[in-house]
Amino acid sequence: MAPLDAHNDSGRDPKDLYQERVERIADAVALKETDRVPYIYATRFWNAKLADMTCKDTMYDVEKSISSNRKAIELLQPDAFGAANYAYGGALEKLDYHPLEWPGGGAADDVCFQYIDKELIVPDEYDEYLFDPTAFYLQKYLPRIATGFEGLKHFPNFPTLSEWNIVYNLRAFANPELQESFKTLMEVGEMVDHSMNRMTEFIKEMIEAGYPMAIGGFCKAPYDHIVDFLRGSKGGMLDMFRHKDKLLETIDKARLLLNTNVVEGAERVGCPYVFIPLHWGLDGFMSPDQFNEFYWPSLRQTIHDLIEAEMTPVILWEGDCTTRLEFIGDIPPGKAIYWFERTDLHTAKDVLGDVVCLRGNVSPSLLNTGTADEVDAYCKDLIEYVGKDGGFILDGAASITDEAPIENIVAMANSVRKYANT
Amino acid sequence: MSNEKHEKLVNLIADMEEDEALALTQELIDEGAEPTAILEICRAAMDIVGQRFEDNEYFVPELILAGEVLDQMSAMVKPLIADTTEEEDKVDSGTVLIGTVHGDLHDIGKNIVTFMLDVNGYNVVDLGVDVSPQAFIDAIKEQSPEIVGLSGFLTLAFDSMKETVEAISEAGLREEVKIMIGGGQVDDQILNYTGADSFGLNAMSAVNQCKEWIGEAA
Repeated sequence: MAPLDAHNDSGRDPKDLYQERVERIADAVALKETDRVPYIYATRFWNAKLADMTCKDTMYDVEKSISSNRKAIELLQPDAFGAANYAYGGALEKLDYHPLEWPGGGAADDVCFQYIDKELIVPDEYDEYLFDPTAFYLQKYLPRIATGFEGLKHFPNFPTLSEWNIVYNLRAFANPELQESFKTLMEVGEMVDHSMNRMTEFIKEMIEAGYPMAIGGFCKAPYDHIVDFLRGSKGGMLDMFRHKDKLLETIDKARLLLNTNVVEGAERVGCPYVFIPLHWGLDGFMSPDQFNEFYWPSLRQTIHDLIEAEMTPVILWEGDCTTRLEFIGDIPPGKAIYWFERTDLHTAKDVLGDVVCLRGNVSPSLLNTGTADEVDAYCKDLIEYVGKDGGFILDGAASITDEAPIENIVAMANSVRKYANT
Repeated sequence: MSNEKHEKLVNLIADMEEDEALALTQELIDEGAEPTAILEICRAAMDIVGQRFEDNEYFVPELILAGEVLDQMSAMVKPLIADTTEEEDKVDSGTVLIGTVHGDLHDIGKNIVTFMLDVNGYNVVDLGVDVSPQAFIDAIKEQSPEIVGLSGFLTLAFDSMKETVEAISEAGLREEVKIMIGGGQVDDQILNYTGADSFGLNAMSAVNQCKEWIGEAA
């Protein structure tokens, strides 16, 4: 394995390193010049491969997840880290969670988890969701997505009850199916709590070692949420023609729901970066007109709201979004990160360089099948062109790929210390 | 029945006017239109839809809606049609074998490509998702396709595609088929890596590649 070069940060005071890294990323976001281009990596299971573990190992054992994360962070010395913890395999299994196939749970032991595209609500149910999303989730949606939730279909709809009816309806809690769901959910809750508590301890350890967190909160584009988790890809696309008004109404409602508690959560962990991965707004998946009607207005509002609350949205624009560049600069300058997957970053720099910090985008094909020298040359070009005068963070296209050879990822990490951006 | 109505129906389908297209279809059926003529209208409409997709006027949602309209129209006319006609239509068409490669369960892109090849007259055999190299080989032997399409969304698909192409070669079948690959992360570098013959970024590029390799379908 190629070691990091002589410019690495080993041996320095972690507190100084922490402050230096926090400021380097904040300056990049503010479009200021930095001493070097910052480097952040996101991944799903590359850590596991590095640590000679299977994906399943880290999905079922939080200690393995932590040790593999630690190994990757210490090797790559990023300017911020996003702890890749998916150690919820046991909880998912106990819950019998349907939307996902994961290593050890439907997928092979050594492949990434995968969401199953499915229509989970029908168009006639938009009104129920809009009227009372909580009741709809408890009684209809959740029982459809996991066996462990099935008993919740008996949960009383309390806001519809008055006087003695509140008391009478308590008999629902004697229902064996509801009781069974509660038992399952209590067990699952403890499993998730354990995994998250251990990760919280690990995050503290990494902060003390000088590494800031890369992500403090999570949010979705409202249209993506509706497609990914309610209507499925086909339903979400057809609704733009068949149920346009209901779709738009639901987008507005979903935005309000999804944005609830995001800011508070990020403030609680002390990290202002809110990650928003985008799925369906890319070139080809909808027209510019559809993008401007169904996708961008609600996403733009989310971005503005987060910035207003002093958060920094980190938007991952999956796929190629070249035709979107002319629209998406309509945000306050120097307050967000646009992370592009396949969009050419030279073009993005030319169009959006004075508006938003860019992040990305070493391609999966290069990381997986190229040589370390080729990765180095590609990163050099990004650093020198996209990084010029600031406003750039180096990362993989959507993450560093699970299968990438170690020397290629190390070459990428080293490049920010080798090449000047001015 | 008038040609004017035929032309109107072509345009209604092509313009995404679902309700009006279905109403006019019923009207034509009630007037005694030949079901085969209505299916021909579908094909003419899809030519326009495909062209608009290539011209970046239409995008995936329009392809999906057009597919829905065609499905409903087919269901309306098929009970009236002698069940030999469409099969005969496809006898001379090329066969395309398609599937999502081993380890990958994504099928949205594959399904859109399958639909567009189907409406363009190709005989498409869809093997589904997580298809092993051996399953591709067995299907090639059984179906004798001219073209094999390998789909994949995850980066693990790079190796699965490569293994599948190699397995087809080792089985002595490589000269018998053209292989095209597609999916979210595929590019020129992955084309070279896998040893396939072509890659495409969308459904129409798959249709055009098939036309280039085996000509227009019947």
